Amino acid sequence: MTAQGWLQLAVFLGLIVAVTPLLGGYMARVFTGERVLLARVLGPVERGFYRLLRVDPAHEHDWKAYARAVLAFSLVSWLGLYAILQLQGHLPFNPAGFGPAPWDVTFNTTSSYVTNTNWQYYGGETTLSNFSQMAGLAVQNFASAAVGIAVVVAVIRGFAARSVATLGNFWVDLTRTLLYVLLPIAFVAALVLVSQGVVQSLAAAHHGIVVGPVASQEAIKLLGTNGGGFYNVNSAMPFENPTAFSNLVEMLLIVCIPAALTATFGRMVGSRRQGWAVFAGMLALFAVAVAIVFVAEGHGSPAQHLAGVAGGNMEGKEVRFGIADSSLFAAITTVTSCGAVNAAMQSLTGFGGALPMASMMTGEVVFGGVGSGLASMLLFVLLAVFLAGLMVGRTPEYLGKKIGVREVKLTMAGTLAVPLLVLATTAVAIATRAGKASLSVHGPQGFSETLYAYTSQANNNGSAFAGYSGFVQPHPPGNAGASGIAFADLLGSGAMLAGRFLPLLAVLAVAGALAGRRVAPAGPGTMRTDTPTFVVLLVGTILLVALLTFVPALLLGPVVQGLAGRTF
Amino acid sequence: MTRWRETLLESLRKLDPRLMIHNPVMFVVELGAAVVTVAWVVGGGDPGWYTLTVAAWLWLTVIFGNVAEAVAEGRGRAQAATLRAMRSDTVARLRDGGEKAAGELLPGDVVVVDAGETIPGDGTVIEGIASVDESAITGESAPVIRESGGDRSAVTGGTRVLSDRIVVEITQKPGESFLDRMIALVEGAARRKTPNEIALGILLAGLTLIFLVVVVTLRPFAGYAGTTISLATLVSLLVALIPTTIGALLSAIGIAGMDRLVRRNVLALSGRAVEASGDVDVLLLDKTGTITLGNRQAAELIPMPGVAERDFAGAAQLASLADETPEGRSIVVLAKQLHGLREPAVAPHDARFVPFTAQTRMSGVDFDGTRLRKGAGDAIERWIVDEGGSAPPQLRDAMDRVAREGGTPLAVARDNQALGVVYLKDVVKEGMRERFEHLRAMGIRTIMVTGDNPLTAAKIAAEAGVDDFLAQATPEAKLALIKEHQAQGRMVAMTGDGTNDAPALAQADVGVAMNTGTQAAREAGNMVDLDSNPTKLIEIVEVGKQLLITRGALTTFSIANDVAKYFAILPAIFAFTYAKAGARGPLDTLNVMQLGSPRSAIVSAIVFNALVIPLLVPLALRGVRYRPVGATALLRRNLLVYGLGGLIAPFVGIKLIDLVVHNLLGA
Repeated sequence: MTAQGWLQLAVFLGLIVAVTPLLGGYMARVFTGERVLLARVLGPVERGFYRLLRVDPAHEHDWKAYARAVLAFSLVSWLGLYAILQLQGHLPFNPAGFGPAPWDVTFNTTSSYVTNTNWQYYGGETTLSNFSQMAGLAVQNFASAAVGIAVVVAVIRGFAARSVATLGNFWVDLTRTLLYVLLPIAFVAALVLVSQGVVQSLAAAHHGIVVGPVASQEAIKLLGTNGGGFYNVNSAMPFENPTAFSNLVEMLLIVCIPAALTATFGRMVGSRRQGWAVFAGMLALFAVAVAIVFVAEGHGSPAQHLAGVAGGNMEGKEVRFGIADSSLFAAITTVTSCGAVNAAMQSLTGFGGALPMASMMTGEVVFGGVGSGLASMLLFVLLAVFLAGLMVGRTPEYLGKKIGVREVKLTMAGTLAVPLLVLATTAVAIATRAGKASLSVHGPQGFSETLYAYTSQANNNGSAFAGYSGFVQPHPPGNAGASGIAFADLLGSGAMLAGRFLPLLAVLAVAGALAGRRVAPAGPGTMRTDTPTFVVLLVGTILLVALLTFVPALLLGPVVQGLAGRTF
Repeated sequence: MTRWRETLLESLRKLDPRLMIHNPVMFVVELGAAVVTVAWVVGGGDPGWYTLTVAAWLWLTVIFGNVAEAVAEGRGRAQAATLRAMRSDTVARLRDGGEKAAGELLPGDVVVVDAGETIPGDGTVIEGIASVDESAITGESAPVIRESGGDRSAVTGGTRVLSDRIVVEITQKPGESFLDRMIALVEGAARRKTPNEIALGILLAGLTLIFLVVVVTLRPFAGYAGTTISLATLVSLLVALIPTTIGALLSAIGIAGMDRLVRRNVLALSGRAVEASGDVDVLLLDKTGTITLGNRQAAELIPMPGVAERDFAGAAQLASLADETPEGRSIVVLAKQLHGLREPAVAPHDARFVPFTAQTRMSGVDFDGTRLRKGAGDAIERWIVDEGGSAPPQLRDAMDRVAREGGTPLAVARDNQALGVVYLKDVVKEGMRERFEHLRAMGIRTIMVTGDNPLTAAKIAAEAGVDDFLAQATPEAKLALIKEHQAQGRMVAMTGDGTNDAPALAQADVGVAMNTGTQAAREAGNMVDLDSNPTKLIEIVEVGKQLLITRGALTTFSIANDVAKYFAILPAIFAFTYAKAGARGPLDTLNVMQLGSPRSAIVSAIVFNALVIPLLVPLALRGVRYRPVGATALLRRNLLVYGLGGLIAPFVGIKLIDLVVHNLLGA
């Protein structure tokens, strides 16, 4: 808890605030069909895409057609990725000659990447070929991120719609996201990372040190809030994250799009203040989360206090980054649905580990995943508006649109689906012998591992208390003799798929319902949703509705560890 | 005493699961109570007193909720009984000579009602005029006039004709009379859930579901940590977490809202309309009778050149002597005030009064060969020309000036000489400006609707302080105005009484028909004001808003309560989890309220949870006060009171109950 540490946190918050309107404004121009500078170069490519996909870019979808397109695209992605991973032994760029991972592990990995989760039961460098990493995982890093952004853009159109009931064209949104947002930023970021020493190579391992196309994958892993690292230890590995500067760039890459989308939202609904209000709610929750992790880690762990070691908790942390940057990274990666890490999450102190969990348990709405974060946040906004609207004595309305029975029904479905999933899967995993097979330790840490695993997967985060396993690999590197723990692999896959698509469908349906609603002009009796009062209410709603659900579970895991003053 | 017993019995009757299932939150509580009761009978790990106490308080929680609903319903029941007694079982005399029981009358039947008889059903007077005692439904003791044609032709079944004889064409179907609907309304029998109530119900059901899962999964979670949780404790936790406060009071709030309207003599024909009234953005008000006193008053006398003012005043007074309209009376009074002219002194003996007709558009008096006329400007001008004279240009100037200033000019002539112009002024009712300011603060724009020309309308609009006006209004223009505002997404309310108001009343989101109005108007609107007071809309809007605010406030309170309940129950459940032998576990640290013992903590939490329901019943029935301070200020206030208050109150309450339960009762 040094002054320098606090300063670093403040600088980072300042950077987010600065980037949000710039990138957000740019994305708003991209998605409202304005010509952006890059269109001169990429315009022909874009139009070529539409011809190839036989898409009429002027044709707009209603929410059902949009959802069908999302699901169809995701299904094709899933099948393609599963095929690549299972067939990697027969595919090129496989210098180490890896065979396929067990089918259940591949099932989990495929579901994980298609849902933008990037939960990893496997170790990248010991399990996958370069081809699988590049053509399989990195492609899905782009694709799943683009799906998330496309969906939120459609949702924003529904909120903003004045008289049309359509939400845009999925294929156009997908293409434009990839061409004008993800690819250019990832390209530049990869070069910046290479300048800092991140590896980019197709060569075989030197003296047992595995290298590969790391920088290209690293950039999109962060930018798309995917989080699945090339290496098993993710951004703690010097080849993925060598310097303090690369660390800063990586953290900014994670937050920039989810944060900037609030500004995109503000511009597309015609009121930047509305965007800033949502942003303020997110930033407030984020700042508190970072501060708590930082203080908890600075305070140190019971084990180290028992051993008489002074100072903060350095277990599982890179000395290159120290406590401040590790705390910041841990908070960033869990408030967003990224899941990349630069320190060992399972080595965080009790409260230091409770916060990343709690951040995920909000439903990944504090910035959240690219697209999916804002989309889910808007559901909470509707919930807060509903409560607040009642309290000012009017039928609740957001952006001039009345929140009716259908919207409330869908909002509840969208916000409750994931908490229900987390609790149910954790309960099944903790109460069954098959579930306990994945534990590395017992006692509260074992519970924390389980809770973290299913919280992370159902919320499409992907970070882990790494003791929890679904893959047994007796002779790494390579998959010879390896086996999966089918229970954990499949239960996790189910959590990831349901956790991705249920809220996504709900929020698209909400947008579809709102799109057709009449817009009432605001008057003095209308509850404003761009004031500090509303931000407070929004934060309160998230804390009360989302977090209350998990208080008992958190008590039995990290809180008990934080309060115990002893090790288990 | 009997009323209390009835309420109590009613609340026990409501325990029927088939009724309870309509309220998912309280149904879960009832199920929980049943489960714990069985657990007590079967016996188990917990001491019997504990399980029994929990079971008893869970049942009380359900019953408290039912009592709240029964109390709300009971308030309407007494009124319903009075109304029911009025439902006439008289025999109706048909015009064609036959007889029919009142209950069997069909639309289109024509009945005759004489003085002293009760009108057998709702209908329209098609012949005659009568004074009718409507006190039974309006509470107003003064009789009202009902006559064929015009806007006062509707009669209500159950009211009594005091004088004269009228012929009424029945318009109601059997069992669907105004009285029937009113009875159903005050009893709450016809109450259907409003869209907003349904939406809130879904929210509450969703929260109940998630907490159900929280509690169900807690058992394996705790089991992993080596802690077993008894059924009574688990159910207590569940009941404490689900939003029972609002769940128990939700329907009472709705019933009480309707009841508050009934007490203000407004009959809302649907709950939806009451809710919609809270959303009103634009209010259309008729000028005459609503904003201004129904009658114009003479305010100034403008003599023509060469005419002495006193001479003019005398003539005007004389011409008005037989004019019984309020305008006419006011001229007489003004002349008296200004020049001390007394009626008898000026009245000649052989005067012959000429009444006003729609054709001549003037009235007057003939005496001693002199003919005085007063009337509309152009009519008087024509009279002068016909009499062989010519009107001076000053006459037109004076009339234009009066019109410009928002008044109505009335010209007076003696034979072929123009004497002057009487300035009739619209008098804005007292306190209207304040009322419109109040409405503006509520976020509602008022639009005055009048048949006057734009000049006059603008003047009065400015004087009354309305936001806008519609001049030279026709029924079509009124309808178009409503549709225009609705197309812009605004909610429109209006009041009306005439048959030509009916389309607009039906189009408006909230249409309040005056009870004195025609049957067509009463059927087109979705509310009827028995007092026929157009400014009542303000109160209606407030009741609508209160209804929503009360629901929102108690929901927020209910959810905020959960934090303290967690702090009470969870440390109690996990007091010995991961404990070293003989000591409390680490989670006991969270017992920040220092509650006496784990069981006392749990009992205190559910006792608080149950007691808070009856404590909030008065608030639910009265409604949270609405203040027109703007939405953001209102939200801030309610967030502080019900959000922050909801966080803090249970900490205090549970601690106090624990002091009793633990220290006095020894739990």
